[in-house]
Amino acid sequence: MTKGSKTGAEMTGAEMVIRALLDQGVDTIFGYPGGAVLPIYDALFQQNELQHILVRHEQGATHSAEGYARSTGKVGVVLVTSGPGATNAVTGMVDALMDSIPLVVITGQVPSHLIGSDAFQECDTVGITRPATKHNYLVKSVEELPRILHEAFYVARSGRPGPVLVDIPKDIQFAAGLYTGPEHVEHRTYKPRIEGDADKIRAAVELMASAKKPVFYTGGGVINSGTRASEALRELVRLTGFPITSTLMGLGAYPHSDKQWLGMLGMHGTFEANHTMHDCDVMICLGARFDDRVTGRVDAFSPNSKKIHVDIDPSSINKIVKVDIPIVGDVGNVIEAMTKLWKAEKKSADKEALAGWWKQIGTWRARKSLSYKNSKSIIKPQYAVERLYELTKGPNTYITTEVGQHQMWAAQYYGFEEPNRWMTSGGLGTMGYGLPAALGVQVAHPDALVCCIAGEASVLMNMQEMSTAVQHRLPVKIFILNNEYMGMVRQWQQLLHGARYSQSYSEALPDFVKLAEAYGGVGIRCEDPAELDGKIKEMIEVDAPVLFDCRVEKIENCFPMIPSGKAHNEMILGDAAAAADIGSVIDEEGKVLV
Amino acid sequence: MLAKNEIVSRHVLSILVDNEPGVLGRVVGLFSGRGYNIESLTVSETEHDKHVSRITIVTSGTPAIVDQIEAQLGRLVPVHRVVDLTNSGPSVERELALIKVAGKGEMRAEALRLAEAFRARVMDATIESFVFELTGKPDKLDQFIALMLPLGLVEVSRTGVAAISRGPKAM
Ligand SMILES: Cc1cc2nc3c(=O)[nH]c(=O)nc-3n(C[C@H](O)[C@H](O)[C@H](O)COP(=O)(O)OP(=O)(O)OC[C@H]3O[C@@H](n4cnc5c(N)ncnc54)[C@H](O)[C@@H]3O)c2cc1C
Ligand SMILES: Cc1ncc(C[n+]2csc(CCOP(=O)(O)OP(=O)(O)O)c2C)c(N)n1
Ligand SMILES: [Mg+2]
Repeated sequence: MTKGSKTGAEMTGAEMVIRALLDQGVDTIFGYPGGAVLPIYDALFQQNELQHILVRHEQGATHSAEGYARSTGKVGVVLVTSGPGATNAVTGMVDALMDSIPLVVITGQVPSHLIGSDAFQECDTVGITRPATKHNYLVKSVEELPRILHEAFYVARSGRPGPVLVDIPKDIQFAAGLYTGPEHVEHRTYKPRIEGDADKIRAAVELMASAKKPVFYTGGGVINSGTRASEALRELVRLTGFPITSTLMGLGAYPHSDKQWLGMLGMHGTFEANHTMHDCDVMICLGARFDDRVTGRVDAFSPNSKKIHVDIDPSSINKIVKVDIPIVGDVGNVIEAMTKLWKAEKKSADKEALAGWWKQIGTWRARKSLSYKNSKSIIKPQYAVERLYELTKGPNTYITTEVGQHQMWAAQYYGFEEPNRWMTSGGLGTMGYGLPAALGVQVAHPDALVCCIAGEASVLMNMQEMSTAVQHRLPVKIFILNNEYMGMVRQWQQLLHGARYSQSYSEALPDFVKLAEAYGGVGIRCEDPAELDGKIKEMIEVDAPVLFDCRVEKIENCFPMIPSGKAHNEMILGDAAAAADIGSVIDEEGKVLV
Repeated sequence: MLAKNEIVSRHVLSILVDNEPGVLGRVVGLFSGRGYNIESLTVSETEHDKHVSRITIVTSGTPAIVDQIEAQLGRLVPVHRVVDLTNSGPSVERELALIKVAGKGEMRAEALRLAEAFRARVMDATIESFVFELTGKPDKLDQFIALMLPLGLVEVSRTGVAAISRGPKAM
């Protein structure tokens, strides 16, 4: 097949799939074959423009596509078969839904006339995935196939991005029809609002100029909006001189090295970020959704502030926290409009009040909430991430994570200067995300250093994708903070359940070095803090997938922490927690929360 | 914090959707998945050429919850428009019920007298039963059905509420 619009050309449904993907600018898809997608795999075989990454489990395909999407700003594409292929992909779709990641997932379905008959490998894919996707389609005829495919891309990437599934019965893949290109395809009803309301933007700017204790609270929406939004954000933050914090999902939109940066906020955020949020008088929330990991106890969340909330999804506004100035629109657009107005009206912050505010923030910073007690004999996990950061930092480094304590330490101790360099499962918190996500990132950035900060438990959930890495020569570096525990679970058991470590010990772990070798990759183990730097350098040098078994302190806890059911100003800090009876910091009411 | 001490009230929502497979499933799934109430639901195609259907849902919640329901519905890809009729001026609400009453003698005569008083129509009659058709506001239907209960009420089928705003404008 050749490039260029093929509108009007006759081809089979399977060929249309390939054509439509190419016309949408897709260069790579992640997938796994099976009976119900054989015609598409046949069409794939007969062309060489579209690269297919063969995964080892369909969940891996979805997370790889998420990594690809998040690190490029493009739509990630997945191709799997009916029945078990589709159900295996469900976790990744929900993950993408929760984190607003654009995906197009193509599933094969049993032939149209067999639908509903419990045919071999039949399942109600659109039924199962209805709440797992932003939208989904069951294709009824080859005539509507090209429109649906292009529409799927439009829906996946527009507004609040998300996963879209297209279920294609096998007879339609074989059927011949006329192809139509992507020109003019948009949805007849789905038209998200991009421009913010001018009056509200004006009101927001007025409020910002009058603020005495302002803070920017930014989130994943800034990343979703594209690199221009991050640039616009940097300008506005510098212009105003206000402090800025971000959610887990928004890390990198604002440079970590900047003096206005307070670090991440929320359950495991910094003391200064959370106290600034608690005490502020004007909060400017940009593309964040007041998640419960961020707000803590909602009725005690930033009680005395006026709140501005910019979000492209009207359902995010006033969902958890009532705001004073809601602005529906693309956050990049709105920030640019705010900046323009701020400049045009020669606005300036209340300099004196702001100086006092920064002084107050300085005292919170001085609490050094991320300090920890290092050790000469045992590798502290925080130290491991710090060293990894020092030795790997740079614009061409991409970090993914699994889920658990290591994920939080990565967020706290790895610094991000640019957007799209940080891939993590925030909303769903899916163990098994990080390794396949790293593969997707590496596919998109072949020359980059791609490192997954993992836990020994999480990484086993999609370990089979090491085969994918080896097959496709993807030299990802899987840096496992091996504490021999499901550390995050163990920490909660210590805090809430009398240190009864029910089923949270990582028993019978594989030898990760041998495991790496068994896959055809490279294994490195490190147990001595003195050897850590050397071994990390060795890992970076290796041009192959690496499993790095970093043996760390087993029972380290992740602090600071806002215990569930508490407010931002009731954080517990590492040193205080060590002194107190740690089992009693969460009260009965907090225990039922997650 | 939202919704702590706000008052729960009844709202009638009108939703225009593309009449495509699964659209009702999406709307109903949204309500069940997010724990919202459905007190009644009606759906039918209203503009055949444009494949547009109108769904009317009666729900209840605090103002914040109802706003959230509206926003969540608006987010569904095949949804054109959502209007909270309760919050947007005067509207007309009607429901139709078919009510089967069985009985003889004085009970039967009383059922018929009440039906006339309520302007219910007799759609079917045998010597020991009636099927009444009654159209009106849901509470009028409730009232009539309650009256039929001691008179031999056997079965009820209700359409759920259809509603539309008053005045010349479309939603
Ligand atoms: C173990 C664990 C611990 C965690 N601890 C923390 C923690 O301490 N702190 C923390 O912050 N998080 C934490 N999280 C993550 C948390 O669960 C949420 O995923 C996260 O806080 C949500 O980030 P967000 O608000 O930026 O929203 P996202 O999920 O990134 O959503 C983005 C928002 O922006 C909007 N949006 C999207 N595109 C645009 C656009 N173009 N323009 C405008 N708006 C747009 C969306 O509608 C949405 O409302 C933790 C997760 C795990 C697994
Ligand atoms: C698929 C899945 N199952 C269960 C959980 C609950 N969970 C959250 S963190 C965690 C432990 C993770 O252990 P590990 O990967 O070793 O990371 P650590 O916390 O030790 O750094 C578990 C079981 C989850 N998030 N995802
Ligand atoms: Mg662990």
